Amino acid sequence: MEAPREVILPGDGFFYFSEEVIPMNRRILTVLILAVSLSSLTGCSRENTTPGIETITVMTHDSFSISEGVVADIEKDLGIKIRFLKSGDAGAALNQAILSRANPLADIFYGVDNTFMSRALEADIFVAYESPLLSSIDDSLKLDRANRLLPVDYSDVCLNYDKAWFREKATSPPARLEDLIRPEYKGLTVVENPATSSPGLAFLLATIGHFGQEGYLEFWKQLRQNDVLVTDGWEDAYWGQFSAASKGNRPIVVSYASSPPAEVHFSEKPLDDAPTAAVLGPGTAFRQIEFVGIIKGTANVELARKVVDFMLGRKFQEDIPLQMFVFPANTSAQLPPVFERYARLAEEPVLIDPELIAKRRSAWIDSWTEAVLR
Amino acid sequence: MLIAGIPLGFLAVFYFYPLMKIFALSFMPEGTLSLVDLHGLVSTSYYLKTLWFTTWQAALSTILTLVVALPGAYVFARLRFPGKTLLQSLTAIPFVLPSVVVAAAFHALLGPNGVVNTWLMNGFGLETPPIQLNHTIWFILMAHVFYNYTVIIRIVGGAWSRMQSSLTEAANMLGASPWTAFRKVTLPLLFPSICAASLLVFIFCFSSFGVILILGGPRYATIEVEIYRQAVHIFNLPMAAALSLVQICFTFLFLWVYTWLQRRTTVALYPESRRITQKRPTTIRDRCILGANITIMALLLGTPLLALVIQSFTAGDGFSLVFYRALLENPSQSIFFIPPVQAIGYSIGFALIALILSLIIGLLAATFLSQEKSRAASLLDPLFMLPLATSAVTLGFGYIIALDKPPLNLRTSILLVPLAHTLVAYPFVVRSVLPALRSMPKSLRESAVLLGASPVQTWIHVVMPIIRRAIIVGAVFAFTISIGEFGATVFVARPQTPTIPLAIYRFLGQPGALNYGQAMAMSTLLMLVTAAGFLFLEKIRMSHEGEF
Repeated sequence: MEAPREVILPGDGFFYFSEEVIPMNRRILTVLILAVSLSSLTGCSRENTTPGIETITVMTHDSFSISEGVVADIEKDLGIKIRFLKSGDAGAALNQAILSRANPLADIFYGVDNTFMSRALEADIFVAYESPLLSSIDDSLKLDRANRLLPVDYSDVCLNYDKAWFREKATSPPARLEDLIRPEYKGLTVVENPATSSPGLAFLLATIGHFGQEGYLEFWKQLRQNDVLVTDGWEDAYWGQFSAASKGNRPIVVSYASSPPAEVHFSEKPLDDAPTAAVLGPGTAFRQIEFVGIIKGTANVELARKVVDFMLGRKFQEDIPLQMFVFPANTSAQLPPVFERYARLAEEPVLIDPELIAKRRSAWIDSWTEAVLR
Repeated sequence: MLIAGIPLGFLAVFYFYPLMKIFALSFMPEGTLSLVDLHGLVSTSYYLKTLWFTTWQAALSTILTLVVALPGAYVFARLRFPGKTLLQSLTAIPFVLPSVVVAAAFHALLGPNGVVNTWLMNGFGLETPPIQLNHTIWFILMAHVFYNYTVIIRIVGGAWSRMQSSLTEAANMLGASPWTAFRKVTLPLLFPSICAASLLVFIFCFSSFGVILILGGPRYATIEVEIYRQAVHIFNLPMAAALSLVQICFTFLFLWVYTWLQRRTTVALYPESRRITQKRPTTIRDRCILGANITIMALLLGTPLLALVIQSFTAGDGFSLVFYRALLENPSQSIFFIPPVQAIGYSIGFALIALILSLIIGLLAATFLSQEKSRAASLLDPLFMLPLATSAVTLGFGYIIALDKPPLNLRTSILLVPLAHTLVAYPFVVRSVLPALRSMPKSLRESAVLLGASPVQTWIHVVMPIIRRAIIVGAVFAFTISIGEFGATVFVARPQTPTIPLAIYRFLGQPGALNYGQAMAMSTLLMLVTAAGFLFLEKIRMSHEGEF
C-alpha cells in the first residue's frame, strides 16, 4: 500500500486528501449529469398528451405494426391521440389484459387469435360491438356470434419449403400432410412445439382437423419415426434450421402462407421469384384469425368504437398486409402487388371451433408431448 | 440499520409486494386458498425431473465455466501484455447478446451446414456432418460457458489482482513448488471470490431460459421454462406461481449455504496495488499460460462473435453495407420504426440509470452486510440476491396487478425498464463489492478513526479507494446486464422506446433475408456499445494512480 500523502490531524477538514479523489468525483459527476439529462430526455418523449385531447390506448402483441400515416389519419379524423402498448407475445399480452381487468391498461385489445379466443371470452374482458363494417367482413371469419371479438386479419399456418433444395435434389416438394411421413422425406421437416409456439399449436390443430382426434397422434408418431425436428419457437425453426433462411439443413418448415411474399419483400436485393413456397392443398393448413375487441371498463366506449370501425375500414385494412404480413379481413381491401403475385390462401383450411380448442387444448398438447418428445 | 433501509425498501416495493400480489391472486383467486390446479405438481414425476435437470445442468455448467475461466482470470489479474483491455472488453460482450443471436452464431459455426462441419466433411470426405450438437446438452453447456466466462474473469480476477505477491513468494522461498504454493496459498485466499462468482454463474444457469429453449430444444426444460409455459401458454397461474415459489426457495437455500460458507472463508488482507502484482509474462510458464488462454478466448468467444459480424456485412456473396443502410430506412412507414441511433440512445440511457441505482442500492447493501454480524444479516444476504433468480414473467404479471394505483401507478411508465434492470443488476454490485469490503483489514479503518476521521471521511478516503476496483467491476456488470436484458424488458418496455435487444427481436419476427441481416447488424452495434461502455468504465478506473 502506498503511504498516505499527508497526515490528517484531528479536526482537519476535507482538503488534505482530496487531490486524488477529485478527478474521480468529477468523472462521476459527468456520468451523472449525462444520465440525468438522458433520463429527462426520455422522460420528455414519454407522453405528449395535450390537454383536452382524449387518448385511446391499444394493447397488442410484439408483432403488431401499422403505418405512421394511417395512425395520423385516425388521430386527425377522430381528434384523438392513439397510444400503443405492446406486452410480449400474443399469449402474454392477452394474459396481462385479463390480469388487469379490475383496472384496465387499455381501451382496445388487438390480436386475440382463434386459439386463444375462448380464454378471452371466458375471462369476460370484452364488450360487444355491432360494428357497421362487419358487413364487409368475410362471414367465415366471424367466430364470436355476440361480436365481443371482431375479426380483423387472418393468415394460414402451413408448411413452407425451400424451392432450391427440392430443385437441386430433383424430388417433388410435399403436397399433402401424408407426404411428410414417406421415407423420402425422412429428416427434412422442422416444426414448432405446440406447447410454446403459436404457429406450432396452429399446425397441431391442422393435423387434428385433417386426421381427426383419433388419427392425429398416429400421424405424429410416424412423423417422429421419420426424424422430425421440433423447436420451441418459430425463430429457431426458421432462422436456425430452415435451409432456405439459415445454415440449417431442413428444407421443410412450419410457417405462414404469407412467408413467401415476405421473403420477396424483405430480400437483400430485388427477387423475381420467392425462394420459398407454401403448401396450401385441402386440409393442410390451419386458418389463424386475429380479432380486435373493446376492453370492458373503458371510459371511452364511444371513441373506442370509432377506432374499431377505423381498424375494420379500408384504409387500415389495406395497410395490414405489408406491415404484419397477414391478410385483411375486410373483403373490399385491395392487396398490395407483392401479395397479389406471391401470396396464396389455403384451399379448404382447417377450422376448429374455438370452444373445442379451449376445452381440449391442454389434453391435445399433453398427448402430443407424450407422443413426440418423451 | 439505516443503511439497510434503502435497499430493503426498494426490494419491498419492487420485488416482494408485486410477488405477494401475484401469489395471492394465483393461490386464492376467490379469496380462499384453492389448490386444485396444482395436483399435477405432485401426481407425476415430471416436475421433480425438471428440478433435477435444472440443478445438475447448472452445477455442471458452473464447474465447466470455472475450469475454462480460472486460468483466464489469472492472465488478466497478474499479467501485463499489449491489447489486454481490449481483450477484456471482448470477454464482456457475450453477456449481453440475446440467445437467438447466440444460437444463430453457434449454428453458423457448428451447425450441420456450419463452417466447421463443412470443412471437416470436405477435408475427410465425410457424407454426414460429424459434429451434431443441435438440441443436445453439450450445446447448452457450451452456451452457458460462453455467457458466463466473463463473470469468473471479472470477479475472481478482481480479487486476484489485489492479492499480495509476498505470500506466494514466501511459500516459494520455503521450498514450495509453484503448484503447491497455488494450492495451499493462492487458492484458499481466492476462495471467497471464487465462491461469489460461482454462485452467480450457478444462479444464472439455474434460471436459464433462452439458451435452454433455443439451443436445447423442447426436450429440455428448466423450472424457468416450465413457469413461462404455464403462465403464458396454458395460463395456469397457480402452477406457475407454485413453480416460482419452488425456484425461489431452492435459490434461497443455495444462497444461504453460500453465505454461510463465505463468512467462514474470508481472510483479512492488505490490498496491493496492481502496479506491483502485475508483471510482464517473462517466464516460459507464463507465456504458455497466456498463449493458451488467448487461444481459448479466441475460439470460444471470438469465433462466434466474428461469425455474427461477418454475417452482418455479407449480402449475397460479398461484402456489403446493405443491412446497415436498411437500418436507417423505414420503407413501410411503420410507426414503430426506430433509427438505430435512437435504440442505442434508449439502451444507454436505461443502462446509466440502472447503473446508478444499482450502485447506490448495491453499495448500501454490501456496506450493511459487511458490518453486520448478526443472524439477521445472514438471512438478509441471500434475500438481497433473490431477484436474480426470479422468473421475469411471474414478476412482470405481479407488476401488472400490484403497481396499478397512485402513487405507484407505474405499469406503463418508462421508469419501469431501468427499475426492472436494477433489480437484476444490483446483486452483482453486492457480490463484487462484498468480498473486497470483508477482506479489508479492520486496522485500516480503525487507524483512520483514531486519527480523527469521521465515518464519511473514512469511507471516502480509506474504504472507497480500496474497493474502487470492485465498484467498477460491479458497475460494468450493471451496465452490461441492463444493455442485454430481454426477458423483463419485453414486458415493461414501451413500443416507442425499445432497447437494442428488443429491436433485434423485432427484425427476427418476420421472414426475409433483409430482416435477418438487419438483426445481425443490430447485434454488431450491440457488441460495439457494450465494448465501448466497458472501455469507458475501465478508463475511469485506470485514471487512478493509487489504484488497488
